[in-house]
Amino acid sequence: MTHNNVRQPLFQISKRTEQKKGLGILVNLAAVLTALVLGGIFVACLGYDPFKFYAKVFAGCFESPIYIKLLIRTIIPLLITSIGLSVAFKMKFWNIGAEGQILMGALSAFTVSLLLKDSVPSFLGILIVLLSGTLGGGLYGLIVAAFKAKFNTNETLLTLMFNYIALYIVFYLLNNNVKFFIAAGNGIPTFKLIDKALWLSEIKIGDLSFDTSLFIAIAIVVFVAIYLKFTKQGYQISVVGDSPNTAKYAGMKVKRIMLRTMFLSSAIIGLVGALQVTGSAASHTMSTGITNGVGWTAIIVAWLAKLNPIAIVVVSILMGILEQGSNVARSAMGISAAMADVLQGLILFTILAFDFFINYKVTRRKKFALQEASAPTTETTTDTDKDSTPQLTNENGEENNEVTEENNMTCDQSINEIVTDNDKEGKE
Amino acid sequence: MSNYAIELRNITKTFGSVVANKNVNLTLEQGEILSLLGENGSGKTTLMNMLSGIYKPNAGQIFVNGQEVVIQSPEDSKKLGIGMVHQHFKLVDIFSCADNIWMGVDTPTYNLKEKLHNIELEDNTFKSKFNRFGKQLGLVFKAMGYHIANAFLAPSRNKKIKSIIEKFGFDIDPNKKVYEMSVSEKQSLEIVKVLYYGAKTIILDEPTAVLTLQEIQKLFAILKKMKENGHSIIIITHKLNEVKEISDRVAIMRKGEYIDTVDTKSTSIQQLTDLMVGKKINLQINRVQSDIAGPLLEIRDLSIKNDEGAVAIDNVNFYIRSGEILGVAGIAGCGQKELCEAIAGLRHIESGMINHKGESIVGLSPKAIIAKGISMSFIPEDRLGMGLAPSLSIADNVILKDYMGDKWYNPFVNRKIARERATRIVKELEVVTPSIDTPVRRLSGGNVQKVLLGREIDGDPNVIVTAYPVRGLDINSSYAIYDILNKEKQKGTGILFVGEDLDVLLALCDKIMVLCHGKVMGVVHAEKTTKEELGLMMTGSLDLSESKHKNYGIAADSNIVDPTEQVTDSVEGGENDPQ
Repeated sequence: MTHNNVRQPLFQISKRTEQKKGLGILVNLAAVLTALVLGGIFVACLGYDPFKFYAKVFAGCFESPIYIKLLIRTIIPLLITSIGLSVAFKMKFWNIGAEGQILMGALSAFTVSLLLKDSVPSFLGILIVLLSGTLGGGLYGLIVAAFKAKFNTNETLLTLMFNYIALYIVFYLLNNNVKFFIAAGNGIPTFKLIDKALWLSEIKIGDLSFDTSLFIAIAIVVFVAIYLKFTKQGYQISVVGDSPNTAKYAGMKVKRIMLRTMFLSSAIIGLVGALQVTGSAASHTMSTGITNGVGWTAIIVAWLAKLNPIAIVVVSILMGILEQGSNVARSAMGISAAMADVLQGLILFTILAFDFFINYKVTRRKKFALQEASAPTTETTTDTDKDSTPQLTNENGEENNEVTEENNMTCDQSINEIVTDNDKEGKE
Repeated sequence: MSNYAIELRNITKTFGSVVANKNVNLTLEQGEILSLLGENGSGKTTLMNMLSGIYKPNAGQIFVNGQEVVIQSPEDSKKLGIGMVHQHFKLVDIFSCADNIWMGVDTPTYNLKEKLHNIELEDNTFKSKFNRFGKQLGLVFKAMGYHIANAFLAPSRNKKIKSIIEKFGFDIDPNKKVYEMSVSEKQSLEIVKVLYYGAKTIILDEPTAVLTLQEIQKLFAILKKMKENGHSIIIITHKLNEVKEISDRVAIMRKGEYIDTVDTKSTSIQQLTDLMVGKKINLQINRVQSDIAGPLLEIRDLSIKNDEGAVAIDNVNFYIRSGEILGVAGIAGCGQKELCEAIAGLRHIESGMINHKGESIVGLSPKAIIAKGISMSFIPEDRLGMGLAPSLSIADNVILKDYMGDKWYNPFVNRKIARERATRIVKELEVVTPSIDTPVRRLSGGNVQKVLLGREIDGDPNVIVTAYPVRGLDINSSYAIYDILNKEKQKGTGILFVGEDLDVLLALCDKIMVLCHGKVMGVVHAEKTTKEELGLMMTGSLDLSESKHKNYGIAADSNIVDPTEQVTDSVEGGENDPQ
């Protein structure tokens, strides 16, 4: 028998037929570790000690209660925004307008705060301010959804553009010294502070005090997790996202669901703006940089977490640590705070790359196929015989024996070599 | 060694851990037509794709005209004179027929580098160096000229295409644009294309699946002519009667393995089926008897437009009785989809009436129509499009139509009902799945369709509209679906069955309505008609509905009370009411 000229790859890649539980967590953990190692190499190239850098990053988040408080303040806007985005993403509505929705939420909360001053009791006032922020963000997102429902416009482009509209409205107010919003003074125009009665207080548990926004964030995560998984509306979102035709066929009002879902998504995101304005994170005022780029990072978070609310919490914390830690490392070591972005990018990159290991398994080619040829089939094919593809496998034993003879002669060809054309898979 | 046109020895092909072909042996003699027979997923197309260079075998040898070859790419295959006509055409829509053919013609490579290298330096004098430079310059110009000349199309091309068309009796115009072509013209074009490239061996992947009976006859005539001209042909199919008609020998594959090759003359359809399926199977589709009662769904003067605004269904009258299966035959895209969607309330109706048990359902929401017990399941080409959410689990898919439950104020989906129902459907219809939480898109085609039909039947409908429920299914799964429909029919459900395979329509349905360009060509009794008659009606050559009196397609015992019109019995055109 002649040898076949087909190249035999050293590693064989085959699709996983059974998804093992825990594998995903393991792979993602490995991806994050890889990213940290790569980041470390990068830090070393810059001439810093990577171990010291990571130690600083860690210390900068957990060393003292004040750091932990700052860390939580970094995480919360990111967490709420990611959760909000996941609602729209679940419907395959690509809302990348979180920046604009946060700004609009903040602006409407700020406006209402300036109107209210201390005319109502503090608790009621804060409630009204937060609601107005939610409404502001929600309505801003609703515009895009309405365009999509009416004219089938592309939501990605529109939400993107709406970010800039919101940003430049805020710039306009600032640069044109609009009296209502701008503090009196001769220097560079700055936004007014909101009335002290409307400041979001901290909640004390024992000796520790937490921002109220932390509890709001937890409530929202729980609400969204239940909403998406167990409610009828959540079910509708899944169906519409998966197949709008099927949804229509089942009697769902796709447009209405789309409007409702997008309103919910951007309302949650708008709340972030309101929390920033009333909370101490942004010093109780409006600013052009109030979003701190959270609207963009949240897209990455939601995506990395595959829209799973619990995973969103984990990823948000991780991203928060990087952000906060890098800031501390900058002041301590002089290394640029942009390291946080570098690391975020690396993590995104490695997690996407490591996704491959969740869907496929890699086995090394067996060098001594001759010795194993006495077995009728190889490891991979025996797996197949057992579980994955019943339709291909119920051949009887006699045929297997015949095959074995052939294998003895052509073992290195017929055995265990799986070419990597996974993309062609499933055509037949 | 015998001089086979193609010989395959011990070909094995795996995708990941899936074995698509296992030790396949196949021979194709010079100038014969070989049928490659097998169920869906038996590895026919994969095997042929290894001949056409799309896949590479993991093991085994390929011989072409007695020479062992390695086919690494479609170009290699083309050079060896193998041409494949794929099931899904690979044509550029906005190009003309001729442009599509020229597009794939290779420019022979002009190896300038080698030629330059071949010029020897005589001696080391300046003169000989100068001479060499002159020669090299000349070669460069020559190469440029060659490429410029090749940039233009050869003047003889039109002649060559025409001669091929005439030689084999194709029915196409080289200047027609592909998007203006019918399916059969596109297929002819694909065949002309491979002939133009000089293919001696031609592989056709399920060529008859998309053709009408008359077109199939035309195709077979062409194939016979090609055979007379010395071409060797492999035709992939799972239609047994065609195998008998066209081929010299039949090679049978089952579950990725080569089973046997038999002479067509000395075999029977039953033997072929047994070889293909691997066990005895009863080929008879039963038309079960049931009590046919009054009309359930009546359609009057219905006109519907398609997405492009053209008329899809044109002034159609028909009705479905309780306990009968009304088949709908027609070439793909002549209004079947629009009709189904209109009945399900998914499409706007231009004019006309759809009455269910005497009540109009025009303008009702899809949900209200579902509530009346009208179920619609449409299996599109991609098999998942309508009716199922592919990424959701089986459990989530089976509650799609009633996830709202009775209590509107309860915000939660009742997953307990979902799981019970999914378990029941999986058990009753023998759906092969790891669990009821498996996303539907992970299931094989047959199981997807079982889940869909299972859900529709579980709602206990009184009218089932189902389009292509056996699309792409193998024999076993198809029969399971026919059984389901027959059981429903016996329960007194009225069934509208939109089908592709005329044999199935003839065997399963009580009556068959033929559509051609949105018009009803006639409603005939399945027992009294023939395939030829249906084929003529499908192409519009025969119209039984014309020149008949105006009440064609209106039930004698109609539920629709129309004071202005005396409803009379319609008795002609093969249509006889059971009353």
